[in-house]
Amino acid sequence: MGILRTFALGGIHPAENKLSSNIPIETIPVPKQAIVPLGQNLGAPSKPIVKKGDMVKVGQLLAEAGGFISTPIHSPVSGKVFKIDNAIDSTGYKRPSIIINVEGDEWDESIDNTTDIVSEITLDSKQIIEKIKNAGIVGMGGATFPTYVKLMPPQGKVAEYLIINGVECEPYLTADHRLMLEKGQEIIIGTHILMKALNVKKAFIGIENNKPDAINHMMKLVKSYDDIEVQTLKVQYPQGGEKQLIKASVNREVPSGKLPIEVGCVVQNVGTAFAVYEAVQKNKPLIDRIVTVTGKAIKRPSNFLTRIGTPISQLIEAAEGLPGNTGKIIGGGPMMGKAITSLDVPIVKGSSGVLLMKKEESSRSIESPCIRCSKCTYVCPMGLEPYLLSKASKLSNFEMAENESIMDCIECGSCQYACPASIPLLDYLRLGKLKVGQIIRNRGKN
Amino acid sequence: MDNIIIIAISALGGLGLIAAIILYFIANKFKVFEDPKIDEVEEALPSANCGGCGFPGCRAYAEATVKSAKEKGNLDGLNCPVGGNEVAQVVGSILGLEVEAKEPLIAVIRCNGSITNSPEKVNYEGATSCAFAHALYSGEGGCQYGCLGLGDCVDACDFDAIHMNPDTGLPEVNDKCTACNACVIACPRDIIELRKRGPKDKRIFVSCINKEKGAPAKKNCAVACIGCGKCDKVCKFDAITITSFLAYIDFSKCTLCRKCVEVCPTNAIHEINFKPRKPKPEKPKIDAPSSEKSISRKPATDSTSVAVNEKTSATKDIGKKAKESDNVIADKQIDKTDNKE
Repeated sequence: MGILRTFALGGIHPAENKLSSNIPIETIPVPKQAIVPLGQNLGAPSKPIVKKGDMVKVGQLLAEAGGFISTPIHSPVSGKVFKIDNAIDSTGYKRPSIIINVEGDEWDESIDNTTDIVSEITLDSKQIIEKIKNAGIVGMGGATFPTYVKLMPPQGKVAEYLIINGVECEPYLTADHRLMLEKGQEIIIGTHILMKALNVKKAFIGIENNKPDAINHMMKLVKSYDDIEVQTLKVQYPQGGEKQLIKASVNREVPSGKLPIEVGCVVQNVGTAFAVYEAVQKNKPLIDRIVTVTGKAIKRPSNFLTRIGTPISQLIEAAEGLPGNTGKIIGGGPMMGKAITSLDVPIVKGSSGVLLMKKEESSRSIESPCIRCSKCTYVCPMGLEPYLLSKASKLSNFEMAENESIMDCIECGSCQYACPASIPLLDYLRLGKLKVGQIIRNRGKN
Repeated sequence: MDNIIIIAISALGGLGLIAAIILYFIANKFKVFEDPKIDEVEEALPSANCGGCGFPGCRAYAEATVKSAKEKGNLDGLNCPVGGNEVAQVVGSILGLEVEAKEPLIAVIRCNGSITNSPEKVNYEGATSCAFAHALYSGEGGCQYGCLGLGDCVDACDFDAIHMNPDTGLPEVNDKCTACNACVIACPRDIIELRKRGPKDKRIFVSCINKEKGAPAKKNCAVACIGCGKCDKVCKFDAITITSFLAYIDFSKCTLCRKCVEVCPTNAIHEINFKPRKPKPEKPKIDAPSSEKSISRKPATDSTSVAVNEKTSATKDIGKKAKESDNVIADKQIDKTDNKE
């Protein structure tokens, strides 16, 4: 096989812990009450169009897009709108949400709710993008950037390659892995739809080498197509970062502060490709997703096909309960995920996993002074100097942080993972990014 | 030999003389006039260079006062909070202006969500920065408006006037406060407000900025303002306004009659530096920081995270009183607009 493709700078290899990679996807029951937050995408939150007391069906529009970078939200359940009120979500704050009391499971008539594979793509590029836009599809890898925006390159920019991200470099998570194994054919069709929408001639599917079964399966499926190629990538975190994947796949470097379209690439997650397939071929909006529920203490690590709005407590119950020694519940993977403060937090479009960590695993060690060992700089996949940036933002020297390109940080957490002094580098980097982002936006206003 | 010395001295002396004459004329030509009053005013200022006046340092403030006195004939909008009235009088006398006495201000912490009032539901162990924790989650007690207790205000204070109380996990302001505004800016949740010190340092304020409805507010904190409106009804001076389930006392109208303090069902309204009231046995006093519990907000070892323990505190009686009207969500997003009027 020779040397595997990977990105150029830094990277780490944390313990993979893919506990649920052999567990087939299981559909879990519809919740009794669904909490659908209005802010499920990067950008403006959606605007509700239903009122208290309205009856809704599965797939019915609940909220329309609240701006250009925003998506509509569809009802994941059928029932009565209980209220539109603030409810706690994964941000740790109470945010506006539509709360629906579930009655039965009645689907909107226009949705093809069968498992038959429809492979013929009849729509043209514009219709496809319109359909994706109306289905409320966002990046399913976790960033939740509206997909249709990515499919409309700005004037003068042309997409050459579509890269499908099947890397799943986060430890523990197996949602994408299972999806490729079980819905491979649909992903290929979804890829073709995206290629048609973007008018590109070549697509790559990048998969890390720790998923040989998925690689073989996908390779078998693409054998008959010349325009899709499956690439085996080295197991290295953060291989699934957009910029890292582009470097690994087509050996191009996205310039600082620019988008992948600058180098003619568009990256989409396998989950997104599957959602696109369902939206375009089956007329099914984004109302469910695969969520990995995992952790060393949990009895039955699983991959669940879950309706959006299901509280995570139900997922944990389905995985046979909350272990007694749970110290932390993380929404997402251990590297980039965020601790959840309540079990009532619902699954949203960007939830890829629920990770339960034991107390002894999750507690942070005591911080000691920086000894300038430069491990953080060595592992940084963006070529930054995390020790310097975090110090600058700790001391509120945001001008320096900006000059040292803090905005290029992808918040992958490699620096904090590598730090022998247990300095919360990423915390300060995130703080710095937040502040510098505010400063830049204010500058734009004046 | 003698000749050489004389030539050398006279040549150098001559050169020096010529240079001095040139420099004299140039210095006269390019002389920058600077009002000597600026130096005088600067001398009179406290030299704290805190920026509380809104200018970068005392020198800049001195320049601004002299300029204002010359151009406008008054010192409107210029105020050195650190120097207070004394310094203002001195500056006024230097500039030959009458300066009105301003009522001194003090920073006030509008949150009483101590460890006992708002018990810990989750444990935070990230960077010790309120600004970061604010971006991350709602807080250990669960109140998304309350104090995070990580001390950004303490770091911002140049005057040693604000300190964390380890018993309550809340900051406390002492008499050294100069109302320089640094902590107000540092607090990511706009909890700190500058209010009048009041006669003999007596003051009354609502020690809560929770804009939630009564029931959810009480769920997270026993002393939250639930917006019941009792204080508004009892106030004869129209000093209290209630916006989005939160009372606010306008200190320019408040006469310190203490009626509102008496009627507040959650003890959210605080009175400071008043004489203890005549015995009224049933209710304990408000601000009692429970000194018997000396757990810090961040226990170092065992409990690690997460709201697994759903603590429902004394929510029963008062929570029901708050009207559960179905409010539209729009104005209840976490906006940081403060309710100063």
